[in-house]
Amino acid sequence: MTDHTALAVEARDVEKTYPNGMRALRGVDLQVQEGEFVALLGPSGCGKTTLLKMVAGLLQPSSGRIFVRRKAVGQIDARCHRLSFVFQEATLMPWASVAANVRLPLDLGRIPRAEADARVHEALKQVGLDTFAGALPRELSGGMQMRVSIARALVTRPTLLLLDEPFGALDEITRNRLDADLLDLWRQNHLTVLFVTHSIHEAVYLSTRVVTMAARPGRIVEQITIDEPYPRDASFRVSTAFSGYAGRLQDSLLRASGADATQA
Amino acid sequence: MHPAQPVATASTVFLRRPGVQRVFYPLLVALVLLGLWQGLVVALDFPPYLVPSPLRVTQALVGDAALLFGALLTTMKITLLAFACATLLGTLIAFAFVQSRLVAIALFPYAVLLQVTPIVAIAPLIIVWVKNPTASLVICATLVALFPIIANTTLGLRSVNPGLLAYFRLNRATPMQTLLRLRIPSALPYFLGGLRISSGLALIGAVVAEFVAGTGGTGSGLAYQILQAGYRLDIPRLFASLLLIGAAGVMLFAVMTALSRWLLGGWHESELSTAP
Repeated sequence: MTDHTALAVEARDVEKTYPNGMRALRGVDLQVQEGEFVALLGPSGCGKTTLLKMVAGLLQPSSGRIFVRRKAVGQIDARCHRLSFVFQEATLMPWASVAANVRLPLDLGRIPRAEADARVHEALKQVGLDTFAGALPRELSGGMQMRVSIARALVTRPTLLLLDEPFGALDEITRNRLDADLLDLWRQNHLTVLFVTHSIHEAVYLSTRVVTMAARPGRIVEQITIDEPYPRDASFRVSTAFSGYAGRLQDSLLRASGADATQA
Repeated sequence: MHPAQPVATASTVFLRRPGVQRVFYPLLVALVLLGLWQGLVVALDFPPYLVPSPLRVTQALVGDAALLFGALLTTMKITLLAFACATLLGTLIAFAFVQSRLVAIALFPYAVLLQVTPIVAIAPLIIVWVKNPTASLVICATLVALFPIIANTTLGLRSVNPGLLAYFRLNRATPMQTLLRLRIPSALPYFLGGLRISSGLALIGAVVAEFVAGTGGTGSGLAYQILQAGYRLDIPRLFASLLLIGAAGVMLFAVMTALSRWLLGGWHESELSTAP
């Protein structure tokens, strides 16, 4: 049994019904321990993004409660919970330089300029973009823009990182490279990561544990621990263990959608 | 090797530069049209009180320079004052609209009413009510130029990337931080588009208001010169005044375009292509 004090995120019987009557989530119980890398995996409409946004405090559950570090998520407060959120798109300010974009959360928190600049440089270095500080977002490729978005998330020195399908729009080669870099950042910065994806392979490659979800209504189906050591390199992607896990996850998702089909 | 070839290549390269093209081709059109105009007037022997030749118009422009440029200055003063008033007022109204939905719902129909009411219909009233002639003309021109700034700035302040807005909320940005760091930069392209339309409308409003005031016997702007020239069948001077109004409009547009390029160049889609 894991130590209860090391609980990073906990969802207790969480439901979410949107005002239009759509049941996005039903009876969700989830626990994430400090230091874990948990992937929420499921088809579109299974409520995985909704769940992530509720952990961030961007959405309120209709019933049930969510705790971050055993404090109820009441109002939006990324700073106090030391969490950072990375959106599906890079979501950068097109008029501001890369450095100014990364500095944004520090500016909003009124961190003195000298300290902020030092931290921006450090964060850009971590994502390998320190030579692009003066560039504008439109001058960068999609993958590099996503790196800026990750640097902006790291600059506040979070302990909990929430990512909402961050690499979904990128080509596979870029996505694989960013996945590998994300694992390095997770290990170097001792982060807890909650990662939303619809890619089975990405979930297996990254996670310590995969939570499979199903749609209509959105719910958790199964939780599968990926018991493989880190660092995981490219050879892991072609190993038998990898395809074994991928097969299990696929079965889990198919069974859930099969049950869904008979209900319908 | 053909000896003329290098020269031809150099001039072709020169003509391919977008900056040169933007000046060269409109000028070419102007020269062709002016040539045709001059040729037709001379060939068909039109009297100058019906259609003056470009040469006669130029003579009028040079001969009456003191009078006409003085009038231009008056009209430009009204235009720029009205443009400044419209920008200030329009921006303030747009901020009020965005701050409160109720204010927007309550007042927007009246903003539209203001836009659709022809200025010639209300200008006599304003000129009667407001004693100061400059003030009355500025008010008329401001009313004409106001709406595009209200509409565009309101649209711009609302056109904020929802992801960025969520990011600002997540980081507990104050309303002031969200306004300064997100809403105003996001609104800038729309605001500048509004300015470009309004600068031209301010000039039109100023000229129309001068016309209404001028029929009452007062005024010293270009519209008054056009009226007077019309009464006296001094058609070359009428054309010269018209030319100055047109030139003033083009100049205003060019200044607004340069401002837009300076503020948006590099990041906004509208200023990234070489298209005009």
